[in-house]
Amino acid sequence: MRAYLPKYNLTTASSLQQALQMIGDNKRPIAGGTDLMVLFESGHLAPGEYVNIHNLPDLQGIEVNDDYITIGALTTYSQLRRHKIIQEEFPCICEAAKVTGGIAIQNRGTIGGNIANASPAADTPPALLIYDAELKIVSTTGEKIIAYENFHTGYKQMQLAANELIQHVRLPRKNKHNLHYYRKVGTRKAQAISKLCMAGIADFTPQKITQVKIALASVAPTVIRCRQTEAYFHEKQYAQIDICEAKRILQTEIAAIDDLRSTKEYRIQVACNLIQEFFNLITEENHE
Amino acid sequence: MEKISFEVNGKPVSVDVHPFSRLLDVLRNELELTGTKEGCGEGECGACSVFIDGILTNSCLVPIAQVQNCKVETIENIATDNTLHTVQKAFIETGGAQCGICTPGMIMATINILRSYPKANDDEIREGLAGNFCRCTGYTKIIDAVKKSIEERKDESVSS
Repeated sequence: MRAYLPKYNLTTASSLQQALQMIGDNKRPIAGGTDLMVLFESGHLAPGEYVNIHNLPDLQGIEVNDDYITIGALTTYSQLRRHKIIQEEFPCICEAAKVTGGIAIQNRGTIGGNIANASPAADTPPALLIYDAELKIVSTTGEKIIAYENFHTGYKQMQLAANELIQHVRLPRKNKHNLHYYRKVGTRKAQAISKLCMAGIADFTPQKITQVKIALASVAPTVIRCRQTEAYFHEKQYAQIDICEAKRILQTEIAAIDDLRSTKEYRIQVACNLIQEFFNLITEENHE
Repeated sequence: MEKISFEVNGKPVSVDVHPFSRLLDVLRNELELTGTKEGCGEGECGACSVFIDGILTNSCLVPIAQVQNCKVETIENIATDNTLHTVQKAFIETGGAQCGICTPGMIMATINILRSYPKANDDEIREGLAGNFCRCTGYTKIIDAVKKSIEERKDESVSS
């Protein structure tokens, strides 16, 4: 059933300040529309007042300094994919952007919208988690920076009040890593929402793994960092690593369920397979 | 109702519509540009593809308020007078167009491939078409059409 237009209104904000006042007045933001317009067309978007934030300059652009790369909330997947520093230093984000939707969706969908839509199956958030992303949240009453890892608090729940907007995502540039791993498992590369996806980074020497970071989507009510599995690999010599033990730990950290896209059993098996593949890549890379 | 002004195929237009109306509906119903098709209405199939300020976009996902002052280009702008564009000819010659519903979107996606990767390889072609569904051709002939378009490499007539 299509949306009944008279139940909706859409006002375009001309500045961030005006947008913040409007959302403070219970208007809800719409950016690229790649999630909300799907709900709208099927009659599932909540009726009411919306504010168009799509063209606000304060939420656009990618800025780089020595310490951080700062990505405006309205940055599209296409812009992420094409950015040289992101390609070089945060390749998992490019990989995630490449497998999100098709080209037309990548041209319109935004990173801020993807975060605020809070899907546990989103493809980019695992990449943001392993790179220790932070979010700048703004409202008419102030601003705050919070670690992305603490942002999602439950299924579609997040630390974003109705009067707040995500202004940008910030990634620290201080760490260089030996290996970046990203894999989406879905019915096809493009368009299909994933059954599961994983992002990982690893630092290692010829003797041992110094640290890994692992994040998964579609295995819990939110995207998650797998801290206990990471800890198992921490400062461990290769001969001491029992990958089966790592998989057992991983299974205690995830809470996969059956849904329209896959089953609990499949997701647990695939999550274990991806950990195996990640570890195999580390050891292969180390031997080269 | 709100007055929205933008440019379509090089001509300025003003429409008096609800600001949440989809660009797709405004093109088809208000401006009678019915070349742009509706397939799924949820950004999966690409039949409604247009260029907004030169960027390939699903017009079913764009509320009209977001195209204020933008330049929109639809399939109607691809042929010049009575001469078909190279890509359109290639679709006809290879059998890349069958029932026709996906074809306008496929042609827009193909033009986007030519603009992004003038010498697109197989992977770039497949990626460039990944957001467009066809239920007739099995895609082989569409990919042939894209390859033929690349060989012809006469993309100069595409504006914006």
